Amino acid sequence: MILDVRGLAFAYRSHPVIDRVSFSVAEGEILTILGPNGAGKTTLLKCLNRILTPGEGAVLIDGEDAHGLGRNSIARTIGWVPQQGEKTRMTVYDLILMGRKPYFRWAPGREDHRKVEEALSLMDLEDLALRYADELSGGEFQMVQIVRALAQSPRVILFDEPTSSLDIAHQHHLMERIRSLIHGRSLSAVMTMHDINLALRYSDKFLLLKGGAIHAAGGREVITPETIGSVYRMDVHVTEACGYPLVIPR
Amino acid sequence: MAPLQDLYRRERRGGTLFLAASALGLLFLILLSATAGTIAIPFGEVLGYLLRLDASGSGRIVWNVRLPRIIAALLVGGGLSLSGTVMQSVLRNPLASPYTLGLSSAAAFGASFAIVFFGAGTGTTSTIIINDSLAVTLSAFLFCALSTLAILLLTVLTRISPETMVLAGIAIGSLFSAGLTLMQYLADSVQLASIVSWTFGDLGRANWPFLGITALVLIPLFLLFLFFRWDFNVLDTGEETARGLGVRTGALRIAGMAGASLLSAVIVSFFGTIAFIGLLGPHIARRILGGDHRRLLIGSPLAGAIILLGADTAARTVLTPMVLPVGILTSLCGGPLFIYLLVAGKRK
Repeated sequence: MILDVRGLAFAYRSHPVIDRVSFSVAEGEILTILGPNGAGKTTLLKCLNRILTPGEGAVLIDGEDAHGLGRNSIARTIGWVPQQGEKTRMTVYDLILMGRKPYFRWAPGREDHRKVEEALSLMDLEDLALRYADELSGGEFQMVQIVRALAQSPRVILFDEPTSSLDIAHQHHLMERIRSLIHGRSLSAVMTMHDINLALRYSDKFLLLKGGAIHAAGGREVITPETIGSVYRMDVHVTEACGYPLVIPR
Repeated sequence: MAPLQDLYRRERRGGTLFLAASALGLLFLILLSATAGTIAIPFGEVLGYLLRLDASGSGRIVWNVRLPRIIAALLVGGGLSLSGTVMQSVLRNPLASPYTLGLSSAAAFGASFAIVFFGAGTGTTSTIIINDSLAVTLSAFLFCALSTLAILLLTVLTRISPETMVLAGIAIGSLFSAGLTLMQYLADSVQLASIVSWTFGDLGRANWPFLGITALVLIPLFLLFLFFRWDFNVLDTGEETARGLGVRTGALRIAGMAGASLLSAVIVSFFGTIAFIGLLGPHIARRILGGDHRRLLIGSPLAGAIILLGADTAARTVLTPMVLPVGILTSLCGGPLFIYLLVAGKRK
């Protein structure tokens, strides 16, 4: 297992949000955290790379306690793709160079520039390199954020609602790229998502959160009318179309 | 070298050339400013006095009157603009500046407090109120520092969000504005004149010790901010992204605010309220150079220095032989210019 999460708990002041969550993700696997609004999906994701500091539990990367390391070391191991990053007036190249920030102190070196080029070519984004970030479309910018996470040279990449602001074509295009990236580069990914059908199509494992605790976890078999009904409090029908499972509200 | 890296470096060269051209422009403005004044000294003569280190004849005016004022414009303009750039970055608010965060109000209150209660700086000659005593400066600095500490303390207690920092600054600034009004109410007519005169930011107060202390604060802080230029860049992409990239956002905010406030406090205590430079410098630099702090932290102080030196040269020459305090001119022109920048930016 690349990522091993053990008994993670987080509370805002005294209000518990994440209740001793444990799971693991293997090399080349995508795990999607599902659950209704307020279930703690994004909070759990942010606890993994210490954007939020969990009160209890451990996050192991390749067997090593990631949270025992410094912030820069965590950033070298876990890449981060936010739901909505801010488009500053900087070139895409500079934005991706920021992914190398955990590796340099004064200025990026030759190796950092090489990694930026490598990440850009991996996602076929060389043409965007010298464009300004604030001139990009939502889909382009999301790809740039993924390239920046790749430039971190991580073992695990966290995606917070990666498709939330994209149209259906861009959603599938992006998820295809993410899947081929994670499988092809032997990385692991953890993402949060609202669209269960999109998650079912592109993810290998699922974590259904309810009230901050795991309600169900596993492969596609855990997505049943019962589990979805219990977590989202709605009546659904789970069927199959074009070879993919499909959740339809009744 | 890979073609993409080559293209990237070529793209960056444009910004570097612009900075170099601005620095040359500033150099020209320095020489121009040294020639202008009640007594005009030809350009060639000024250059001669400066290159020969000659302080005889008109050289005395160049070296002892105009040069301290020019250096003051460079340090004050550059310092306020640098401070504004850092504040805008750490607070993630384009309206943050030493002026809008109430530091100028705190300093003005401190100065008026010293004038009213310690009788500092109220000695008069026939026409000029002398108000550059050490007590006024120290009191202004003390209250400025106090205001900064209060803002920092409030933000630490309220979990360091940029919004709270801005709001705390505005609240504390308005408190000191009220205090200033009270001081003006309590002051006698000579003290009142002295207070009003202090609040006009004026580079005419420049003397070598003031300039030395300002430079001693400005230069190390400039280098320190420059060291953290990538951290500021990352912070611009959002709080979560910055934390995800290993930046200690809370510590960076506190340290950035403390450094920028210290710089402003020293400047405002010595030279009084000079409005808009801390806003205009960063905004002009951002408009031309973009959001990259590698250029912005150099371009913004350059812009601030150019604006203030230009304004002070105009203030010294427009109504000659009368010399206007530059603070009046920056307030007068800064507002419309800032509105123009906002409107032009929106259109773009």
